[in-house]
Amino acid sequence: MIELIEVRKAFNQGKHNEFWALDGINLNIEAHRVTALCGPSGSGKTTLLTLIGCLARPTSGRARFKGEDISGLPERFLTQLRRRSFGFVFQQFNLIRGLSAEENVMLPAAPSGLPQQVVRARAAMLLDRLRLAHRRTARVEWLSGGEQQRVAIARALINDPEVLIADEPTANLDTTLAREFLAILESFAGEGRTVILSSHDPLVIQSAAVHRVINMRDGRIVDDN
Amino acid sequence: MNIWIEQQRALIDFTLASLARRKARNLGLLAVYTLLVFVLASVALFSHALRHEATRVLADAPEIVLQRMVAGRHDLIPPGYLEKIGRIRGVQKMEGRLWGYYYDPVIKANYTFMAPSAGGIERGTIVIGAALERVRGLAQETGISFRAYSGKLYSFVVADILPHDSELVSADLVLMHEDDFRAFFAFPAGHYTDIALAVANPQEVRNIAAKLADALPDSRPILREEMLRTYASIFSWREGIVLAILSGAILAFVILAWDKAAGLSAEEKREIGILKAIGWETGDVIRMKIWEGVLISLTAFLVGYVAAYLHVFRAGGVLFEPVLKGWAVLYPRFQLAPEIDGLAVATLFFFTVVPYTAAVLVPIWRAATTDPDAVMRS
Amino acid sequence: MRRLVLPFLALAVVGFAMTCVDAALLRERHAVRIEANHVLAKRLGLTDIALFTEARYTRHPSQADRHAALQDHPLALEHFPTGSLIAPPRHIARHEYLDRTTARAD
Repeated sequence: MIELIEVRKAFNQGKHNEFWALDGINLNIEAHRVTALCGPSGSGKTTLLTLIGCLARPTSGRARFKGEDISGLPERFLTQLRRRSFGFVFQQFNLIRGLSAEENVMLPAAPSGLPQQVVRARAAMLLDRLRLAHRRTARVEWLSGGEQQRVAIARALINDPEVLIADEPTANLDTTLAREFLAILESFAGEGRTVILSSHDPLVIQSAAVHRVINMRDGRIVDDN
Repeated sequence: MNIWIEQQRALIDFTLASLARRKARNLGLLAVYTLLVFVLASVALFSHALRHEATRVLADAPEIVLQRMVAGRHDLIPPGYLEKIGRIRGVQKMEGRLWGYYYDPVIKANYTFMAPSAGGIERGTIVIGAALERVRGLAQETGISFRAYSGKLYSFVVADILPHDSELVSADLVLMHEDDFRAFFAFPAGHYTDIALAVANPQEVRNIAAKLADALPDSRPILREEMLRTYASIFSWREGIVLAILSGAILAFVILAWDKAAGLSAEEKREIGILKAIGWETGDVIRMKIWEGVLISLTAFLVGYVAAYLHVFRAGGVLFEPVLKGWAVLYPRFQLAPEIDGLAVATLFFFTVVPYTAAVLVPIWRAATTDPDAVMRS
Repeated sequence: MRRLVLPFLALAVVGFAMTCVDAALLRERHAVRIEANHVLAKRLGLTDIALFTEARYTRHPSQADRHAALQDHPLALEHFPTGSLIAPPRHIARHEYLDRTTARAD
């Protein structure tokens, strides 16, 4: 589904602090599976996630999504593709403070032009499924960490994406909540979504919910099983 | 089209939700903004309507008023001047006018005494303006005494009161018989305050004025077009104590609005990053911010303008009264006809909505063009 | 409450439109009064409006005395606050034509 060929990514290119976060990645990620990128901090897993999720373009090399080359797409198309096909759960959840859970969940759908009632109904359905129906109108900063993450998950799913990308999803959760999150992930794979996450949490890596673990170090893939 | 509308609805929803987070602050800003529009619009509406009213009412003022100067000061027209003018061609009608000022120490106000050339007022009686009626507590058939500059006391009976509707031109008038006027001010017979001339052909007015100045070298002709122009420029936009006082407030508001709109906090920057990461285009972020600017400034404009309209034309501009009144004791009560200068309203609209929206937009442009992956990296 | 914002804005637009309608109606009513005042001003030969009565140059700005040694017009040093509201009569600045065409300065 997602194919990376000889992908390299540099930051501050041409400056004295030039830094290659990814250095020759070849990777093929299958659809409908849960794939985990694993490695110490600074190993390039987050950068790789940004490339996979069309948040950034590789400095060199090719990226393909469902056979289509996306490394050369202009920003606008990249944004559209990102909105339609990818859902993101960020490490810090990145919810917008001051807005209610429902408003946060509806946000990615705003540029889509879908009727508000449709989006609101969908948001209600997702919150219900994630057992947050009772917190629908609560401001997100009043929610607990676990609830905030579930809001973030609902937000990632509002546009019904094929791919769910999660960056260090369990970093801010205790064991119970982390297990709960993995169960949710498994259900997504079960309904045909592709899940890609980065983590160095053994709980995630050893979990049965994760089908494939890719180990990274210094911007390269060191182990893939 | 439908999609576009739904998009804008969603963007407006988000804008409102985010404005609601700092409700007190944004409502406060909106209130100050509205107040500013209200004052500016009130000044513009009031001054334009007043200008219009003055030029309409005075449209048939004498074509030329001839004053005589003595030692550089306005003086009485001595006998013989009317005869001299009579020989100038093109002068259709002329009459010596009798008017002057009287200071009433009782209420510390100035009146304009006048003996209408058309007559119609009995000796010993006066016709007074409505403000006088009010301030001195006069009524028809009541008597009043004025002490002349000679020290002698003159008594009059109020024969009539000028229409209340005409206060704007007649508030302080005291009309009396010519003989009374001459006696009161000790005007020698044959002398006049000035001369009003009617000219048959309006094209000729300037020529006649030049001839008058030639024939009567100590005279000064004032043309009607000059009088009307005086009123066309009265309270013009640039003048006006209100605007002068306001300029400080306007400046303060501009700084406040600029600070509020342009000062992009780290929080806002983070939020824009999130929006971009979850699939908003730069254009969506900018559209959302345009809505924010337009909603605030349009609301301020509409509410401020409607309030100003009601204030000026339905409440008689009550808030201006203390300013316009100054130290005057006699102040006319008047309602202005709502003559509205479309261009001024359009200008006000432009200068309320555009700069604010622009101020909202400028920093957003910078933030919105940052990379969407910034969120993940931080 | 947020849902009321757009209806409120719509209401404000309607209010704006209403001011135009109201202005048209009021103008009609005022026309009679203005005409009556016009007739009165014509009959009495009035040259100025009686808005400010505290000084000659504010009561009759169009007749203001520009020749006085101690200037008596709105460009002069202020005596009264209203002086700043009134523009100087135009003929103060615009007498070139007469000044040019008369033999003697007045």
